[in-house]
Amino acid sequence: MPLSDRTSARVRIPAQRGSQVQGDPERNPGLPLDLEWVRNVQANRSAIERRAATLGTRRSVKKQWQAAWLIRALTCMDLTTLSGDDTAGTVRRLCAKARDPLTRDMREGLGLGAVHPRVAAVCVYHHFVPTAVEALEGSGIPVAAVSTGFPHGLSPLATRLREIRESVEAGAREIDVVITRSHVLTGRWSALYDEVRAFREACGDAHLKTILGTGELGTLRNVGRASLVAMMAGSDFIKTSTGKEGVNAVLPVGLVMARAIREYRVRTGVSVGFKPAGGIRTAKDALLWLILMKEELGEEWTRPHLFRFGASSLLTDIERQLEHHVTGRYSAAHRHPMG
Amino acid sequence: MPHVKELLETLEYGPAPEGEELAIRWLEDHSRRFGHFVGGEWTEYDDAGSMSVQNPSRNAELARMSVASPEVVDTAVAAARKALPAWGKLGGTGRARILYALARQIQKHSRLFAVLESLDNGKPLRETRDLDIPLVARHFYHHAGWARLLESHAPGYGPVGVVGQIIPWNFPLLMCAWKVAPALATGNTVVLKPAEFTPLTALLFGELCARVGVPAGVVNILTGGGETGAALAGHPDVDKVAFTGSTEVGRILRRQTAGSGKRLTLELGGKSPFLIFDDADLDSAVEGVVDAIWFNQGQVCCAGSRILVQEGMEETLIARLRRRMENLRMGDPLDKGVDMGAIVAPVQLERIRSLVEQGEAEGAQIWQPSWAVPAKGCFYPPTLCTGVSPASLLAQVEIFGPVVTVLTFRTPDEAVELANNTRYGLAASIWSENINLALDIAPRIHAGTVWVNCTNLFDAASGFGGVRESGFGREGGEEGLWEYLRPVKAPAPVAWLRERRKKQGNVSADEGRDAEGTAPTGLAPFPIPGEDSGSGSAALDRTAKLYIGGKQVRPDGGYSLVVTDPKGHPISEVPRGNRKDIRNGVEAARKAQGGWGATAAHTRAQILYYLAENLEARSGEFQARLREVVGASRKDARAEVEAAVERLFVYGGWADKWEGRVHPTPFRNVTLALPEPVGVLGLIAPPERPLLAAISLLAPALSMGNTAVLVPSEPAPLLATDLYQILDTSDVPGGVVNIVTGGSRELAGVLALHDDVDGVWAFGSAELAREVEAQSAGNLKRTWVNYGIPMAWDDPQVAQGPAFLRHATRIKNIWVPYGA
Repeated sequence: MPLSDRTSARVRIPAQRGSQVQGDPERNPGLPLDLEWVRNVQANRSAIERRAATLGTRRSVKKQWQAAWLIRALTCMDLTTLSGDDTAGTVRRLCAKARDPLTRDMREGLGLGAVHPRVAAVCVYHHFVPTAVEALEGSGIPVAAVSTGFPHGLSPLATRLREIRESVEAGAREIDVVITRSHVLTGRWSALYDEVRAFREACGDAHLKTILGTGELGTLRNVGRASLVAMMAGSDFIKTSTGKEGVNAVLPVGLVMARAIREYRVRTGVSVGFKPAGGIRTAKDALLWLILMKEELGEEWTRPHLFRFGASSLLTDIERQLEHHVTGRYSAAHRHPMG
Repeated sequence: MPHVKELLETLEYGPAPEGEELAIRWLEDHSRRFGHFVGGEWTEYDDAGSMSVQNPSRNAELARMSVASPEVVDTAVAAARKALPAWGKLGGTGRARILYALARQIQKHSRLFAVLESLDNGKPLRETRDLDIPLVARHFYHHAGWARLLESHAPGYGPVGVVGQIIPWNFPLLMCAWKVAPALATGNTVVLKPAEFTPLTALLFGELCARVGVPAGVVNILTGGGETGAALAGHPDVDKVAFTGSTEVGRILRRQTAGSGKRLTLELGGKSPFLIFDDADLDSAVEGVVDAIWFNQGQVCCAGSRILVQEGMEETLIARLRRRMENLRMGDPLDKGVDMGAIVAPVQLERIRSLVEQGEAEGAQIWQPSWAVPAKGCFYPPTLCTGVSPASLLAQVEIFGPVVTVLTFRTPDEAVELANNTRYGLAASIWSENINLALDIAPRIHAGTVWVNCTNLFDAASGFGGVRESGFGREGGEEGLWEYLRPVKAPAPVAWLRERRKKQGNVSADEGRDAEGTAPTGLAPFPIPGEDSGSGSAALDRTAKLYIGGKQVRPDGGYSLVVTDPKGHPISEVPRGNRKDIRNGVEAARKAQGGWGATAAHTRAQILYYLAENLEARSGEFQARLREVVGASRKDARAEVEAAVERLFVYGGWADKWEGRVHPTPFRNVTLALPEPVGVLGLIAPPERPLLAAISLLAPALSMGNTAVLVPSEPAPLLATDLYQILDTSDVPGGVVNIVTGGSRELAGVLALHDDVDGVWAFGSAELAREVEAQSAGNLKRTWVNYGIPMAWDDPQVAQGPAFLRHATRIKNIWVPYGA
């Protein structure tokens, strides 16, 4: 579908403050593109880096508080496999891990009782959506598909939209799309808006998670502006990276995106989710991101309906730290079941 | 203890206390009782008059400290004096090694220092651990480097001598480092008095000094209160006093040390503006406010306590600030998850409370976050005050607490005007994404430090200090070194004055009376006809007037003074200027200062060259005048005029070459050290060398963009009044140079007392120096005096060059972080 046809979508979507789409209060209905707002976005890199650098020095989470935080992190995880050599076997193994990220011993050691933490979603390529849906059946864990010519996002628009629809049809309940970075780099904000609007349309009831590819946007101001346009166009989540860029999820970028989400919430009353992805490997990283969310957006944004980690190896480190909490001994990776 | 399962629902932070055991053990090892560190030894703890050292977050005693009596101060100063020669002889490399060792020791024991500082002061461990202590080590490293480089960097300069240093409680060890490191690097020896609330880290530092082999007596540490400080500052064998603290005490010290020959540097209070323009990254600016006023509970001399925000953004800003304030965490300073700790002492807490109450009674709206402060200990919540005007108490008074006011402005000019609408001038912060705007505003704000899109950044390579009633002198950087150096060829003023007193048999109060009296020396109020028949010059009656605002004007008072030749024969008359004439001169100089300061250095140079040419063209006339007025020989008269011409040329040359620096501070930024004119200067020329000395003062002042009110040589003012026509014909803009003849001491006093004069240079007697220094305390203007020590005006090594330019300028550091 040519881009120009998509502008009509803007008209169809109600854009009033707090308005809702199709009766789903969880979702972001979007707004007409407000270029004045977009152009007024500022981001001072040095100041943002200073704030990012002190997030982890102003806050510290220890002992059982830390254990609780790490379990929360685990429940916000989009357990992800996006490798060229993925097979049905590896995807099924990942899904098994997603259902049961903590062993019974660990759950008992942590005193969780009937609480049975599980990850937020499993994220795979379109090809493995049916495998994952089947493997997760009955668990309530949604399958997320990366889409729209991931990771470059440069295949024909019609192809990209069809890809979304097919993944949704195959059972994906969340779609992670990639924006055309050149729209940001050349300041074509309405083109970006139209593109994301079209993705949103194609998603239907599936939630739209928009990857900005922040490592390729050049400036933090661009990150801020792209975040805003993506939200105006109806993204349910904005996400930092594909995991394939040179620089992925870093705190200064997260700060800019979180602040954009906050401002959007202040002006529209709508809460948009945030997903940092790529490069988050350690429990310590996870705590830092949770601190960022709690400080900048509040505790609600540390829950899976508004916050996700895109990560593949993070879980193992969280398990090790949790075991340390249980046993008092430092743990080893091989003690924890593979995903 | 709550269970993981419950915490999983709330995701609270929970406690994260830093262990204090080792710091407590250090206190216990000293039985929590401390003496002084004098001459490399620890004195016994003296219970008589001792003081309690408290942990303000728990209102509990940590230790007790001795209070140094005047006798102990004597011993310490004597130890420092004794250590001075050997410390100097150790040389730059030897001193550098010791400073390096101190830096390393501080790093090795950094956590002990950090915990002890937090316990003693009440500030969060995060700050002592991440800011105070690393910066302490950085200062010693940086100055270790200077120690080694000084001999080649500042040839002809040596230590001032024994330095008495008095430091405040807000950054106890950091202020110790700021004082001690440059003093030691330059070869001085020190007697340091930490604040009575917070002596502990200085005492631990004393132990490090002993351990790394700082020679006995080079560093002495005395604990005590204001009386100990006064005894130290007033000690007759101290060569310099360096003080950081309140403007009130700074003023007392200025008066106390006046005329003593002691060098003085003061780093005092502030009410620093925090400007937010409409193109700022507002969320970052909000975070900047956190760093500006809630850093160290707002107990920061350069705290950004006055937010000035562009009208139209006020509402958004306040909403965002309130949201941010709700998120601040306050509690046990040793908890690694708090933003704010305790106020240093109950008395300070009470002062903050009282000021906020008074502000509220005046009509200010006070907003504080909904969370409760800890019930026990000295805690005060972050406080936002709106509905204030520039006249409000809360917008004027330095609160020294976590209290910030909000005012609005419409235009950049109005922002500058509001920013400068204060007696203080320590720091400012500017938030704008427009570099054109930021770099236009930064130089126009009266402050020693301007932070663009940042705040409260410090480094050893960048000098810190104020203007106006925030004090004078810089600490850190190349500019800070000069505060601890003096030309080795010139006598040390304190010792020189002492010798002179001895020789004169203690006539101290009257000394210098012979050079200028409070009444001018002019013979009679009126020349008696016929009495001057012996002199052939009675016929010449070119009527000298005053020179104000580029015009020759009649004096306010309508009195004249007779000028005589060396034999006492009347030559002519000059006006007897009075305080109103000085007032008019200062007004003209103030009016001209902005334009002259902003005039391109190239243009100022051209005007100085033009002055030189015109003076040279009339060389004969001036030589004749010198022969007539001071009885100069033909040769001496020619030499003096030639030297004056040369001096004008030299400073014309300097005008566009006294450059700023870019300090390599360890941040991604440009730290611009800009030499700025001091402003309006009062210049009191000495009696001798009536042309050359006046030009020696005037030329560097003008070259650097100052405007001046010159009081010429009292016995020989005609050399200055003859300059009027030269000034008129050399394109010197009106008001840049103003000349008021009359009694030097009388007029110097008016200038020194004038609150719109930024600096006074007074050359003449010791008594003149004493008066000028004492009278300058009102607005804490900078002074430069010679205490009657003879000055070789003919010697360009002494009476010309960089030393003069340093006095004619002050460094403003502008921090400009960058990043795409």
